[in-house]
Amino acid sequence: MFRLFTGIRIMYVLVTFFFMFISFLLQSTLLSRFTIGDITPNLLLITVSAVGLLLGRRFGMISGFIGGLIVDIFFGRILGLYALLYMLTGYINGVFRKVLFPGDFKLPLALIVGSDLAFCHACYILMFFLKGDFHYVFYLTKIILPEVIYTTIIAIFYFPLIKYVIDRIQYHEQKVEETVE
Amino acid sequence: MSPLVKRKRERITIPNRYILLILSIVCVVLMILSFSTNILSTPLNTMSGYVLVPFQKGLNAVGTSLIDRAQNLKTLEEVTNENEELKKQIEDLTRDNTLLQQDKYELTKLRELYELDAEYEQYDKIGARIIARDSGNWYSDFIIDKGTNDGISVDCNVIAGSGLVGRVTDVGPNYAKVISIISDNSNTSGMTLSTGDNLIVTGSLKLMDIGVIEYSQLADPDDQVGVGDKVVTSNISDKYLQGILIGYIDSINTDSNNLTKSGTLIPVVDFRHLEEVLVITELKNVPSVYGD
Repeated sequence: MFRLFTGIRIMYVLVTFFFMFISFLLQSTLLSRFTIGDITPNLLLITVSAVGLLLGRRFGMISGFIGGLIVDIFFGRILGLYALLYMLTGYINGVFRKVLFPGDFKLPLALIVGSDLAFCHACYILMFFLKGDFHYVFYLTKIILPEVIYTTIIAIFYFPLIKYVIDRIQYHEQKVEETVE
Repeated sequence: MSPLVKRKRERITIPNRYILLILSIVCVVLMILSFSTNILSTPLNTMSGYVLVPFQKGLNAVGTSLIDRAQNLKTLEEVTNENEELKKQIEDLTRDNTLLQQDKYELTKLRELYELDAEYEQYDKIGARIIARDSGNWYSDFIIDKGTNDGISVDCNVIAGSGLVGRVTDVGPNYAKVISIISDNSNTSGMTLSTGDNLIVTGSLKLMDIGVIEYSQLADPDDQVGVGDKVVTSNISDKYLQGILIGYIDSINTDSNNLTKSGTLIPVVDFRHLEEVLVITELKNVPSVYGD
């Protein structure tokens, strides 16, 4: 926890916050105006998933918690629900950091698709199924699948951007260490 | 401090799974707290309102200008074709207009009868712009750019044009959250204007697709309510002011209990293209007997 605020980590924290900030703002303003079939892609989920995958479980879950809490404050019916879901997404994605190869693009994309599918299903179960709304096929075809597809398409461009920024920081840090030595 | 000394100091690290556990408990506590009280909402709203709302306003302005730009890019050909069509339309319209003018006399007379128009104007209203929409795809709630600083409070009714949009459920200093009547799980007490029968209007994600919303529990034993009848907010609602137009009845089905009816109604507000709304700052006065 205390190592979070030393050296390279402070850069990671700043970058994470920056991407979450941008994602939430875009998602709630521009992207929800230019919708395709009334569907907004889940940028925040891509960010949380990418941060978890690239920087580990701790970053993933803390960024998910904070991002989810912001969504809760603005749009949530219950405070803490989205925070919990985004946090779990970040944590589970962080587990896969160990098996990620540097140039691999299939695993991140598969994880984002899986995360969004799981996230949407959790939303459906917690907010509709438990209420007694069993029209699963309707929600699957009208909301869940379009959102997953749209999010995946955005992720193809958005994930490399996040990865590039984080790689640059790592590269820069290594160079600094070399010169110090 | 030499590197040797530094290395000896033990790092205090909490395992990730404990952090996950702690944060999960925090989430659950927040959920329970938000169910039972609203002590958390005011400080959180104020904080996030000042940090995020200015950016949302800015980005929303960008979105509006982009839409304007896109509309300007219509090709000249389209415009000329349109022009010809419009000229034809003008001829038709002038003919219709004379007919409509006659109808208008009738309308003003009817309006006086219902005193609907007058009632709307009595209320103090302020205009507000929608600056953000639900970031998920499950509800159609939105954020407007006016808050407690402009006299908005929780439960203020929100209208657009001539019909009901929803009500304010959460308010910060410079923004307010509006739950729309078409949002899934939101219920509105309404009544038919012609007969005064009460009914419950329920938003539904399924029916929103085809542009209608559900209503139920209409008691109409004499079959007096027909398709096309106006539905307004009822006199017994404790949140909505009486007589705000919700929509027109689209279909009527008798329930299996043979006592009540349900069906669909078409809302008067175009929820898909909503950009500006009016907030009625006056609240409905409900006797304190019914409070809590």
